[in-house]
Amino acid sequence: MTAAQQQTSAVEEGYNFAYLDEQTKRMIRRCILKAVAVPGYQVPFGGREMPLPYGWGTGGMQVTASIIGRDDTLKVIDQGADDTTNAVNIRRFFARVAEMPTTEATDEATIIQTRHRVPEDPLAEGQIIVYQVPQPEPLRKLEPREIECRKMHAYKEYGLMQVSLYEDIARFGEIATSYSYPVMVNDRYLMSPTPIPKFDNPKMDDFPALQLFGAGREKRIYAIPPYTTVKSLDFDDHPFEVQQWEEDCALCGAEETFLDEVILDDQGGKMYVCSDSHYCARRRAEGHTGTLSESAARAYARAVGAAAGQASDDKAQNDKAQNDKAQNDKVGA
Amino acid sequence: MNANTPLLRVRNLTHAFGHVLACSDVSFELHGGEVLGIVGESGSGKTTLLNCISARLAPTNGVVEYDLRTKGLTDIYALSEPERRLLLRTDWGVVMQNPRDGLRMDVSAGGNVGERLMAVGARHYGAIRHEAEDWLQKVELDLGRMDDKPKHFSGGMQQRLQIARNLVTKPRLVFMDEPTGGLDVSVQARLLDLLRGLVRELRLSAIIVTHDLAVARLLADRLMVMKDGKVVETGLTDQVLDDPHHPYTQLLVSSVLQV
Repeated sequence: MTAAQQQTSAVEEGYNFAYLDEQTKRMIRRCILKAVAVPGYQVPFGGREMPLPYGWGTGGMQVTASIIGRDDTLKVIDQGADDTTNAVNIRRFFARVAEMPTTEATDEATIIQTRHRVPEDPLAEGQIIVYQVPQPEPLRKLEPREIECRKMHAYKEYGLMQVSLYEDIARFGEIATSYSYPVMVNDRYLMSPTPIPKFDNPKMDDFPALQLFGAGREKRIYAIPPYTTVKSLDFDDHPFEVQQWEEDCALCGAEETFLDEVILDDQGGKMYVCSDSHYCARRRAEGHTGTLSESAARAYARAVGAAAGQASDDKAQNDKAQNDKAQNDKVGA
Repeated sequence: MNANTPLLRVRNLTHAFGHVLACSDVSFELHGGEVLGIVGESGSGKTTLLNCISARLAPTNGVVEYDLRTKGLTDIYALSEPERRLLLRTDWGVVMQNPRDGLRMDVSAGGNVGERLMAVGARHYGAIRHEAEDWLQKVELDLGRMDDKPKHFSGGMQQRLQIARNLVTKPRLVFMDEPTGGLDVSVQARLLDLLRGLVRELRLSAIIVTHDLAVARLLADRLMVMKDGKVVETGLTDQVLDDPHHPYTQLLVSSVLQV
């Protein structure tokens, strides 16, 4: 069955464009407008049931469904990767119900839905990045009362958040929070940047693209308009720092990217690879190579054997085929 | 501050929960450096009165005025809510009867003391920690327990930590609701000794609610005796306890067990 046949069938089955009904989409768009007008403020919205469980990106999907059009190009990433279950399924879902082209290339996408990462490639004006948010309230772990949390936001009483950083330093000697690192948006609202690693926090500051955040279970939407100040909290004598790795990406040799640790065997063999799969693949296509450490190379060879070279060739061809398909889809639309 | 201006002035304060009158027509003044004890039996409206004058429960009727550093004598319920909350965090302190209400049980002792400093904008970890250490020493808590959580502390330690947490922003007025409730007598004695020292040393004003006349005798300059929501007798502590006039005060004083 071709992609085109699948698309018609989704609509013929009675699904509205982009799955949600028009009234719901209008309601969510109104909330998005409010969120953009008050950067960092959590706007409650009437969250709908989506055809996947909470925690899998229902909030992000509802935001995407409300803003997507037929001339958009969608990229979906999960922990930076385009080819993980969550990303593949959400991408396929929108390809079926919204009949628009999808891509893995960051610069080609008009909408990027993401779980837990900001792409390594810089985003441009006119692009929209939609974050899937599990817990929108940065104060939740410290202050369980919702009314009290809202008052603290309303009166800008954020001393308590600082207490959690104090606790980190008292226990570990440094601010050990490595993801979901709290930020101040527009010098007004305390905001959870979703569980992105704090490595990505500096990217959010003065960001040219529109950033939207959707929390499905908690039914909250918030936003950072383009070119807004986003500052990570810290202490004067313990300034904000991002993670650093002693190694470079083992596949593409990138030095300044967020790396995932990949365990290769039970003998301690491991390698670090870029978490942004598109960025890494593009660099490899450009001819960059990483140095798999000797032990890792051995382990890698043991794990995938002689097929390793063959597999990477296949992968490159698959990528190419998929890109061609995306191009065709675009022409078709 | 004018010597004649009271720090806190309460006029005709009345609070009713539905048809239950918790405290009725209470008026008094508190001056700088003065410690006022409120005594009375359970259910006489002591805690309700304390909640009303410490800006945590809007009274049904009456006025509570406080001598703000910037504005002078001001009706605290005419302030906006953020101003009132700021007042509670800076110029005032509230020591709860149950330390669980006044402390963050999952935050280390140092963090509990530092929270108020961070709430008013302190952003230097070293300075915050130093200040916290200083206060833990003042309330005689072992610095080795600074990074432990208060849920692992004894009742007396929790109460002392609560005091340190409240005094760290150098408040002028502290409200205490049964500060020695639930503690055994030897721990009570040490806590009272500590409180008396701090109050004298820092020239604190305090309002202490208690049903324990011994606590009142040790800490308070003046006493207010409450019964059924009304103030039945006021006066200097020694005068009220040694020469009680109202029949209820006489009963109260004579009910104290002599060992």
